[in-house]
Amino acid sequence: MGRKLLTEHINVEGINTFEVYRKHGGYRSVEKALKTMTPDEVTEEVKKSGLRGRGGAGFPAGMKWGFLAKPEGVPRYLVCNADESEPGTFKDRQLMSKLPHLLIEGMITGSYALGARTSYIYIRGELLYVLRILEKAIAEAYAAGFLGENILGSGYSLDLHVHPGAGAYICGEETALLESLEGKRGNPRNKPPFPAVQGLYARPTVVNNVETIAAVPIIVNEGGDEYAKIGVGKSTGTKLISACGHVNKPGIYEIELGVPVEEFIYSDEYCGGIWKGRDLKAVVAGGSSVPILPKELILKTAAGEPRLMTYESLSDGGFITGTMLGSGGFIAMDETTCIVKNTWNYSRFYHHESCGQCSPCREGTGWLEKVLHRLEHGHGSMHDIDLIVSVAKQIEGNTICPLGEAAAWPVAAAVRHFRHEFEWHVKHPKEATMPGAAYRGAAVLA
Amino acid sequence: MAKITFDGIEVEVPDGTTILNAARQIGGGIVPPAMCYYTPLKGSGGKCRACLVRVAAGSAKDPRPMPKLVASCITTVQDGMVVENTTSQQVMDVRKGIVEMLLINHPLDCPVCDQAGECDLQDFAFEHGLSTTRYEEERRTFEKIDIGPLIQLHMTRCILCYRCVYVADQLTPDRVHGVLGRGDASEIGTYIENIIDNEFSGNVIDVCPVGALTDKTWRFKQRVWFTKPMNAHRDCATDKCNGHVTLWYKGKDVLRVTARKDEYGEVKEWICNTCRFDKKETSDWTLEGPAHINRASVIAQNHYELPVLNQQVIADLPESTVRELEQNPPLRLGGLNG
Repeated sequence: MGRKLLTEHINVEGINTFEVYRKHGGYRSVEKALKTMTPDEVTEEVKKSGLRGRGGAGFPAGMKWGFLAKPEGVPRYLVCNADESEPGTFKDRQLMSKLPHLLIEGMITGSYALGARTSYIYIRGELLYVLRILEKAIAEAYAAGFLGENILGSGYSLDLHVHPGAGAYICGEETALLESLEGKRGNPRNKPPFPAVQGLYARPTVVNNVETIAAVPIIVNEGGDEYAKIGVGKSTGTKLISACGHVNKPGIYEIELGVPVEEFIYSDEYCGGIWKGRDLKAVVAGGSSVPILPKELILKTAAGEPRLMTYESLSDGGFITGTMLGSGGFIAMDETTCIVKNTWNYSRFYHHESCGQCSPCREGTGWLEKVLHRLEHGHGSMHDIDLIVSVAKQIEGNTICPLGEAAAWPVAAAVRHFRHEFEWHVKHPKEATMPGAAYRGAAVLA
Repeated sequence: MAKITFDGIEVEVPDGTTILNAARQIGGGIVPPAMCYYTPLKGSGGKCRACLVRVAAGSAKDPRPMPKLVASCITTVQDGMVVENTTSQQVMDVRKGIVEMLLINHPLDCPVCDQAGECDLQDFAFEHGLSTTRYEEERRTFEKIDIGPLIQLHMTRCILCYRCVYVADQLTPDRVHGVLGRGDASEIGTYIENIIDNEFSGNVIDVCPVGALTDKTWRFKQRVWFTKPMNAHRDCATDKCNGHVTLWYKGKDVLRVTARKDEYGEVKEWICNTCRFDKKETSDWTLEGPAHINRASVIAQNHYELPVLNQQVIADLPESTVRELEQNPPLRLGGLNG
């Protein structure tokens, strides 16, 4: 049984209220940081912990904090990215709605470390009910003196605001998020300058994922070194994985990084195997934008090593035989899943969510979606399969923000690993377009 | 000052200059194309990805190559930077891809488009694109919209460079238009079908790289290559407009008035709507002489000028390259527009 750090008290009755949360050791990190540590010491602990960004890219959080420019007399900001909208990822929503005070505690400690006097939680607009929960919790924290002027008599003051988005996936990209927070159209900015130098209102800003910030109180309480002991290599600590798809027990699991993928899928502690006794076909391991992997490659690396739930192990083999841990949206697909339909569905999403600012993404996502629609509906040709690979390649790496890659990777990976399914769709349009049809192996081809 | 090597040619530029502007100091065929960047408009650039180049060495201090191609219009130079544009096959391939992307939803109605002959997209596609398309799907279309009595918006042709949005932002007192929607459904629009009505609104026509924003007093009057551009000026009473324009003649008639542009199609001085739309008699203007047109342009078909090369650069080049440049002058040459 792995250790639970974030979700230890998640099922305690009334943990969303200040009193119960405080009774279970809540806000200890604020007391510890503000009374016994300097801001730099807090940053140092986060660096030591090896905590990596939980939003998808996996960039070391301590290093990100260290990059923050600190010119005199200029305000700095900590912004929490709660615009969780990656298909397959639903961990932050749960964390915020059940444990709002954990995020607030992390925001206070983090803001103290970065020297921010005003901080923002930018929450996905669809999560209006979570916004209400957070607002209530923030009001409680203000009343208890953990927010506002002169927190705990330390002389440090912080204001915390929650800001809802308006339903755009792109606003989860940090610079688009900042634009949106400033009240503008949520278009990603050109980088550089990076937010650490010119972020919100052109001031130095750190943007962190909800789960990253929620891990800060634990690191401060237990010490960075202690936190770094959990996990494998450079993947330290625990990670929330939102498992969905054809598993027996979909849900959110807090795992110690390093759990073998096979154990995660099949053990009763986690997903409990594939539903209805079926066989596993493929897994998207980190939210819809990471490359899909077939069963053989997700359970074992190309070298035959068991694959672990870590940043390194999942990306072993690059994109040829590997994938990414991403945001932890774990989507399992059983043998009855049609990969072509699934890929088309992802493409539809990215087409809908492209901001339309730069040409490869604006035009390319639509093009991919249309060709995949054609393939899925039995009107495609062999030539189309190469076409989508080529279009995906034209998008990848040539866009302003990572949405271009997010749209291109799943398509390229699907063709890379499941080309036979696309070919089956072209060769057998009648069978392929029947309701619920999916390629089930060579027998069907005959 | 920073010294960079662009396509094998060294150039020294002030710190903070973008790679694109450094390349423009060299001039000639090595300058990356730019569909959205517009020097006079602050914040423009980075969107069309036409000007992507490869940075083979980041700087003298850190000579590692940059992992991705960068947009040359917004990336600033570092001392010792080595940039590859026409010398990199990767850049050329990607550029071909960008042309393809820009054209998939473009109607390609050049034969009836007023911009034809002076269209950045046409030039870009001609220089870098393929003559066929792999796109078989239906193209995105919009209804034409009249934004005021003088300007027509034909969104179908738009490549969403955002230049007109920046003009509206930076030049006119009240911004009434912007980008609505998102993805390939985004469009330039005036919220609630408003009209654009202010003295500098006509400049959106000049900055538009394609035929999406056209001058209604000029539409369908004449193909641009049958007209003759003349520089002229008048004493303009409008604040911030000094009346320096180009008149486009057909015979004795002034068919349209535009701002003066440099060799990269960028407006030198903004002009007001009075100059642009209301003063179409020769008697309104003091003529200065023919406007210089790039010799590669179709507009210049009857008055080619000899290429002028940047002597400064030539001195630094190996002899074989100079000979090659003299025999085959690049398509676009710097320093041609007076």
